Amino acid sequence: MNILLLALRRLAASLPTLLIILAGLFLLLQLAPGDTVDALMAQIGGGDPATAKELRHYYGLDISALSQLARYFLRLIEFDLGQSAIYGKPVASVIAERLPVTLLLMSTSLCLAFAGGTALGILAARNIDRWPDTLISTVGLIFYSTPSFWFGLMGIVLFAITFGWLPAGGFEEVGSGLTGLARVIDIAHHLVLPVVTLALIFLATYLRIMRASMLEVRGLDFVRTARAKGLGETAIVIRHALRNALLPMVTLVGLQAGTMLGGSVVVESVFALPGLGRLAYESVVQRDLNTLLGIVFVSALLVIAVNFIVDLVYGQLDPRIAAGR
Amino acid sequence: MSALLEIDDLHVRLPRGADREEALAGVTLSLVPGEILCVVGESGSGKSMLANAIMRLLPAGVEATRGRISLGGRDLLRMSEAEMRRVRGAAIGMIFQEPMTALNPLRRAGDQVAEMFRVHTDFSTRQIRERVLALFAEVRLPDPEAALQAYAHELSGGQRQRVMIAMALALQPAILIADEPTTALDVTTQARILDLIRDIQRRRGMAILFITHDFGVVAEIADRVVVMRAGELVEEGAADRVLNQPQAPYTRALIAAVPPLLPRPPRQAGGAPILSLVGVSKTYRSGGLFSRRLRRVTHAVREVSLDLPKGTTLGIVGESGSGKSTLARCIVRLLDPDGGNILLGDTDLAALSRRAMRRQSRRVQMVFQDPFASLNPRRRAGELVAQGPMLHGMKRDAALAKARDLFALVGLDPSAVDRFPHEFSGGQRQRIGLARALALEPDVLIADEPVSALDVSVQAQVLALLDELRDRLGLSMLFITHDLRVAAKVCDRIAVMKDGALIEVGATADVFRAPQHDYTRALLDAVPGRDWSRRRESAILSAIPAAIPAG
Repeated sequence: MNILLLALRRLAASLPTLLIILAGLFLLLQLAPGDTVDALMAQIGGGDPATAKELRHYYGLDISALSQLARYFLRLIEFDLGQSAIYGKPVASVIAERLPVTLLLMSTSLCLAFAGGTALGILAARNIDRWPDTLISTVGLIFYSTPSFWFGLMGIVLFAITFGWLPAGGFEEVGSGLTGLARVIDIAHHLVLPVVTLALIFLATYLRIMRASMLEVRGLDFVRTARAKGLGETAIVIRHALRNALLPMVTLVGLQAGTMLGGSVVVESVFALPGLGRLAYESVVQRDLNTLLGIVFVSALLVIAVNFIVDLVYGQLDPRIAAGR
Repeated sequence: MSALLEIDDLHVRLPRGADREEALAGVTLSLVPGEILCVVGESGSGKSMLANAIMRLLPAGVEATRGRISLGGRDLLRMSEAEMRRVRGAAIGMIFQEPMTALNPLRRAGDQVAEMFRVHTDFSTRQIRERVLALFAEVRLPDPEAALQAYAHELSGGQRQRVMIAMALALQPAILIADEPTTALDVTTQARILDLIRDIQRRRGMAILFITHDFGVVAEIADRVVVMRAGELVEEGAADRVLNQPQAPYTRALIAAVPPLLPRPPRQAGGAPILSLVGVSKTYRSGGLFSRRLRRVTHAVREVSLDLPKGTTLGIVGESGSGKSTLARCIVRLLDPDGGNILLGDTDLAALSRRAMRRQSRRVQMVFQDPFASLNPRRRAGELVAQGPMLHGMKRDAALAKARDLFALVGLDPSAVDRFPHEFSGGQRQRIGLARALALEPDVLIADEPVSALDVSVQAQVLALLDELRDRLGLSMLFITHDLRVAAKVCDRIAVMKDGALIEVGATADVFRAPQHDYTRALLDAVPGRDWSRRRESAILSAIPAAIPAG
């Protein structure tokens, strides 16, 4: 089956969810006292009610909540996310500026967590109940149970302040005018700490799942068959156990896509990264409804996309599940 | 002839806390070229441990402590792991019980067989491909080219086992170890696989160590037999001698427990039917919300009509996928049938609402196949039995007292009501399941493969109990089984199912003597050890007049 068609079908199937999320968030924000205009007025140091009324009319806030919601959905059909009240630009372009940072942070962290978790999980499973297993499991537990912002702060204290090896925050050196490879290296340099911080917690989860999954697969009949064929332990792990053990890991990636987006809010705040997470935080504080809804919409699309890719990968890994079904 | 493989005083120790100290306590046997040696025993006899000990594939914590396993003058127990890897697959091939799980589900069948050559030889890719194709042809896979590319789930159970056999044969090992290779297969498939193993063994002159619990299979295939019990050899000898003149009391008891292929004398089938099925159907539909053309329809049960006369037992016989269990589930409304009537007396169970069915549920009760999975491990056995009557309004004390009586009825110690299911053996658990079903005093008892998970001696006891209870309580029973021997022993009438449809119904003796349908005939022909059984039966029959005292 055509992948594009499959993707469209999947998107169509998730439309109701998307609408419910947006409507729910919209109504939830109506419950909170104050609106964009209140936040704006507070910023410019107050003003007279006439100005406030004019602003409300300008932003379309003077009609009922349901009409506002209906208007929002009507615009959404034309892929128009509306204007950001705070930034004075279309929401789409505000998000487009911030999205690459978050995507980069998330994808590198995910790769690191997945690769590290897989490797350590295999190592722990192969040495079960011996010291490498105990060490890996203990360290994993520490990563898992420590809050991510604390890791971030300790990382800054140690590597940015004490040793001065890495920058304490930001996405790149502002105003350095670097281009090409030099800029890439600069960004990479800035992202080491945030990526490791975000990856560590997820790495611990992947490590535990991989260890359990390897141990389970190792006891299965076809591994015994492989032994009876005269395969060595390493060959058994690579040719037979690994691919089977990876199946739950891939499922986990899909499940964690949303969680990772949440985790990046904290990490972006700690490291002052201009990403989607921080944008979400700021728009909540400033009651920038359109931006917030836009972010939710884009994040939901992102999670749907990740899950779609995960399903495709799953279909590739496991012939019993044809992705085209 | 000099022995290929010699096992001398082999001891294998179990980890602490196991039910006995040694899995194998001094086993001595030898395998000569060109013979099929059957190792027979019930579960826990150590027969699989013996196979795994030879391959040095014992589970963690279990180890060989004493003895020798010599292959061509070299002791396998004292080889290094690297040397042992060269023996596995190359000198000794092995096939296992579960062909579904014994193959890697994510790799193609051809690739898995080719791995044998990649590990042990340095053939080129083309040579390997040719060899695998030749092997697939030798094990009579219908389309060797397609099988190369197939994944395990795309093959049937019999085809998977053929792939496993091809894999074990790849490097022309002198010895093949087959650990219950046909136990998970349907009876007709089993007959074909046994035929294949026998044929290949003759052609290649291999020695086969064949592990099984089934004396029928032994009669089909063995040249020589070893009987094991609790890690020790009880008896050893030529197949013909052990099967027909067993010496050891244990062997005699085991063989006596094998149900003969002799239909039981039917009880009078008088009386109105207590349960009537009229055109019962169950269809499964699968498919997505958006893709109408991918929708699949499976007819699990098609238009089955049957009568169960009061006080008799009707057997429903068929292979896996024939729809016999689905039919049973429809009758107790664990599944909702799509069409037809299920008349219990005057009530149409199929037409009842769920709530009304719950009130009627005491009239039809079911005994399930797996005595390990069908009892809640967190509840006491007595409570499990008392639960049904309590749900239908009996006081707790009365229900528990009734549970004690039922325990006595099914041959369990009444004081065992306070124990948990894991403290009982498989046969005892099945008795609990029976007591649970009887607690509601049902009009009809439905038994879904109640003895197929049990060892043959325990199976004989449970079948005897069912027989006795039916006579004492006048039970009407629907007995579902894949095993024609069991069906012959307990059923007054037999219904044969295939692909969801009923193809033949008749008195057990008639169906056995003169099957009407080709499929029924094929089923009967496939029963392992039927020739042996026939000889045994004629011996029994001729012995009966002699046993009656003269005068």
